[in-house]
Amino acid sequence: MDFALIASIVSIALAAGTSLVYATVGEILTERAGILNLGVEGIMIMGAVTGFAAAFHTESVFWGVIVAMLVGAMMASIHAFVTITLLADQVVSGLAMTLLGTGLASFLGQRLGTDGAPLVGQIGPRFERMAVPVLSELGSIGDSVFNRDILTYLMYILVPIVWVFIYKLRAGLVLRSVGENPQASDAMGVDVFRVRYAYTIVGGMLVGLGGAHLSLSYTPGWTENITGGRGWIAVALVIFATWDPIRSVAGALLFGGVNAIQFRLQAAGTTIPASLLNMLPYILTIVVLVIVTWFESLSKRVGAPAALGIPYVREERV
Amino acid sequence: MRIVIENRIDAPRVIVVLVPIASVAMALVFGGILMSIVGADPIETYAAMAEGAFGSPEQWKVGQYYSITETLVKAIPLMLTGLAVGVAFRMLFWNIGAEGQLVLGGVSASAVALWMGDLIPGIPDSAWVYLPMMAIAGIIAGGIWAVVPALLKAYLKVNEIITTLMLNYVAILWYQYLFNVAWKDPAGYGFPGSAKFGECCKIARISGRLHWGLAVAFISALIMWIILDKTKWGYQIRLIGENVSAARYAGINIGKNIVGVMLLSGGLAGLAGMVEVAGISHSLQEGLNVGYGFTAIIISWLARLNPWGIVLVANMFAAILVGGDQIQMTMGLPGSVAHVLQGAMLFCVLGGEFFQRYRLTVKR
Repeated sequence: MDFALIASIVSIALAAGTSLVYATVGEILTERAGILNLGVEGIMIMGAVTGFAAAFHTESVFWGVIVAMLVGAMMASIHAFVTITLLADQVVSGLAMTLLGTGLASFLGQRLGTDGAPLVGQIGPRFERMAVPVLSELGSIGDSVFNRDILTYLMYILVPIVWVFIYKLRAGLVLRSVGENPQASDAMGVDVFRVRYAYTIVGGMLVGLGGAHLSLSYTPGWTENITGGRGWIAVALVIFATWDPIRSVAGALLFGGVNAIQFRLQAAGTTIPASLLNMLPYILTIVVLVIVTWFESLSKRVGAPAALGIPYVREERV
Repeated sequence: MRIVIENRIDAPRVIVVLVPIASVAMALVFGGILMSIVGADPIETYAAMAEGAFGSPEQWKVGQYYSITETLVKAIPLMLTGLAVGVAFRMLFWNIGAEGQLVLGGVSASAVALWMGDLIPGIPDSAWVYLPMMAIAGIIAGGIWAVVPALLKAYLKVNEIITTLMLNYVAILWYQYLFNVAWKDPAGYGFPGSAKFGECCKIARISGRLHWGLAVAFISALIMWIILDKTKWGYQIRLIGENVSAARYAGINIGKNIVGVMLLSGGLAGLAGMVEVAGISHSLQEGLNVGYGFTAIIISWLARLNPWGIVLVANMFAAILVGGDQIQMTMGLPGSVAHVLQGAMLFCVLGGEFFQRYRLTVKR
């Protein structure tokens, strides 16, 4: 197999997979604290529309990213308030977040252009490629991995940092303990509520950033339904990754690679209709989920944080 | 001094009535703020939405009920999909796939309408033959699409939220392929969409576009009410939802119930798809995947999974949707404001449930 082909597949997989990594790592942090946030799709699409709008008006991708992350944090804090403080069902709250987010994003997309014009079809700033000296010159593979935009490099740095944080640092231990056994953590003096709020919000910021990657790098601009279920794929990737940020990269690249296959087949003039090819990522999600769940049940190892989805109530109740 | 959260054993009547009303009011305020931000007068906009959904006294005087019938037209699929997800949610099976189940119901009902006559020569060209066959096809297709995640959940413990959701995308892409390519009407002047159904495949109209699918929705609600509230099966479903391990100890077969409930749930959603193609579009064309299956999630939760509550809330939400379309046409405001309002309502109700379940007291 020649390197040029591998390089082109890696290139497409990275482009399509980066936003998935951000969203998945964000959701991993949230779920590690015991909070299930099914609003990823809604937060991601809100990150995409507000990030693009901010970049469009300020003509700076930097502000786009900042705004997308702030919006992600705001939406996640609503989920945190409703589920952590008001003890509402996390599944329903997450679904509500997704429905609200997609509705709101569509609304804003039709209003956030210049003087209340729609954003659709507007051309705004986007992240430009910046080749890393030396590394990018290591053949076609080096070029496809190290001649990318800042958001991709940020992802290369973020994933190991989060991994070290979760598994090697004391703060990561606190995070995991809150997700596994909030009662015991509380008894040890950990502020369970604060930790859960913090990681739900941080997770939302990363999901928002993933959305901004879509509208500022992968498919620059705003189109309705720009996420196309990527938020939900991220939720599935968390299970695939067994709540481990490093493995989430493998999952995201797998899904990005499916996009590469789609492109390849279409470029080769396949007779398979495009809409059937577009089913691939969704079918793959189901297949992967089934295999992972099956393996987990065989190995009897439970990947999910034990307290995931269960509200924590401190005060005694009559 | 600290605030203590205590369980309420019985919520006072005032709270039970007040919380949903206050939740809806809060959502309307939120929507109003949003409208003000984009430079629309909230009161004026809400008034326009109400007129769009129900019409005005002037229209009623001259016998024009177009707005009301349009609202009821939208309420039909919302009632059916609301009932569909409601029964699954009762046992805490998160069926997020009603959208795809509805779409496939419409697809297979269309297949019957388009080709049953060719396949079975001599079959009478009667609505009494075709419509029931289309309904059965829709129910089966929706049921099959729902039973896949049910089997995966029941026997492999695969997360049903993700599988039902992913199957939506697959179903929608398949449906789009069919009406755009495979089933495209050669005599359709290049427009996407299948050939029009014969007369025997159309549900009769009541008034305007309102059709007798309305009766189908009400009868379905009645049947669901009987199943859920009057039969042993309904009791088992509720028990599984409230306490899975208790249900297992009581000897209830959880897996079998998941499969059964999802057949019912998907069947209802599939029926909604059949009613849409046979009652409104009279062909397989664009417009089946407009989010009924997702709005249904909000509806059934707001209605506390009660069938008659679902009927009520579905009609209310249909009014919001039609009102949203109206302000899009007359005021140029995005119709998605309707979806924003609905999402906000669900959040407010979720938050409001806290005050129904718990009592806050200050202890010294």
